[in-house]
Amino acid sequence: MARTIIPFGPQHPVLPEPVHLDLVVEDEKVVEARPSIGFIHRGLEKLAEKKDYVEFVYVAERICGICSFIHGQSYCQAIETIMNVTVPPRALYLRTVWGELSRIHSHLLWLGLLADAMGFESLFMHSWRVRERVLNIIEATTGGRVIFGSCKIGGVRRDIDPAMITHIQSEMKTIEKEMREITTVFMNDRSVKSRLCGVGVLTKQEAYELGCVGPMLRASGVAQDMRKLGYAAYKDIPVEPITRTEGDSYARCAVRSEELFQSVDIIRQALERIPDGEIAVKVTGNPNGETIMRTEQPRGEVAYCVKATGSKNLQRFRVRTPTFANLPAMLKVLQGCDLADVPVLVLTIDPCISCTER
Amino acid sequence: MAFFQMTSLVMKWIFRKPVTSRYPFEPRVPLAGSRGKLVFTDGNCVYCTACAKKCPANALIVSRDKKTMEIDRLRCISCGYCVDVCPKKSFSLGEAHSSPVTTKSSELQIHKSGNEETGAPKAAEGNSTSAPK
Repeated sequence: MARTIIPFGPQHPVLPEPVHLDLVVEDEKVVEARPSIGFIHRGLEKLAEKKDYVEFVYVAERICGICSFIHGQSYCQAIETIMNVTVPPRALYLRTVWGELSRIHSHLLWLGLLADAMGFESLFMHSWRVRERVLNIIEATTGGRVIFGSCKIGGVRRDIDPAMITHIQSEMKTIEKEMREITTVFMNDRSVKSRLCGVGVLTKQEAYELGCVGPMLRASGVAQDMRKLGYAAYKDIPVEPITRTEGDSYARCAVRSEELFQSVDIIRQALERIPDGEIAVKVTGNPNGETIMRTEQPRGEVAYCVKATGSKNLQRFRVRTPTFANLPAMLKVLQGCDLADVPVLVLTIDPCISCTER
Repeated sequence: MAFFQMTSLVMKWIFRKPVTSRYPFEPRVPLAGSRGKLVFTDGNCVYCTACAKKCPANALIVSRDKKTMEIDRLRCISCGYCVDVCPKKSFSLGEAHSSPVTTKSSELQIHKSGNEETGAPKAAEGNSTSAPK
């Protein structure tokens, strides 16, 4: 059978962001996928040399539109580590709450996109209906819907008052109930299972060797979650990684579905235990030193490397984003799959191309 | 393996009002605390240029001599950093977003002392609108 090359992307209905794949197919089977990235490179790492390190929080948040808060948080944590800044406990709890809200809205967005990729339009709409409730909480507490803008070096910029805490707690009950209805469909529906079960299997060994992170890695049975490092309020609120052993697309969907409820639980605990006090400390001087900060984003582990030399601009800023780590695994699972499964497989790594290219 | 998992969800919502709004006939009301359009109140401003120096998007141009404040609406990201750094509390963030514009000529507004937001829209100056840094 002669080989044919089918271009997939950069503009494709299933892709929220541009990435190009050359799919080498034999009949309907993909034998190789050759990626080309670089469509939305914005040079944000280089911008660290031009912007004041305090202002750069706003740039770090814009690396990704979905995990924006955790990008800002990771950057702030890295600078705080270099400058030996002790962040007030209340700010750490608020960061945890916003980080988990960010995780819920990212996972609901992904579930909706997955339903859309397999042609389940009504499930897509229902996932995003629930996500809208989460976005409303984020807007009411931070002022922004996707770019939170609430994290700063030394703490956070906004507080959540007791009335809003009560409101969030009651909203969480509704959101949890509505998420349960949707995830039941994802987990049990016959048409969903027929598109996901046994598709794109990645063994535990392969996932580990290819350097997967986040739900992609946990779905293959490796219990790795950066929240266990105990940054922010995770030192007080223990997080057990949710894992599956199947390693297929269904397992990746199941891990993300269960993480939704884990995040609701973390938000509930954080709001119950949130201490009173200051939300930020004043930070003076310029950073001088080098550090690596690892945090858990909705898509997986992000690593920030920051090098400062005592001036107001950083000397070097480097981000290793989760999608970049998951791309080799995506190419691996695409080998040997059916052409019709390519959209679902590309989506199961939860690709964020603007993160990857920065 | 189960059939009709979606049916109960569909049946529950089929008799309810849609959650979507009839935009643009029903414009969305921003929630309290939403970060929208930057509002400049001229009364207290001493034109110290702190806001222009700190603005991460270079959206503000302040002239101490002429006592003018220019806000480039297309550059402003409504982050509120100028609100934090202003010593005279001359800035605040409104809840509604800036109106969309069709031409670049309307993006700059000049504010003169004691005469808030009365300056005529200034002609586009291309890339020369960045704040002094």
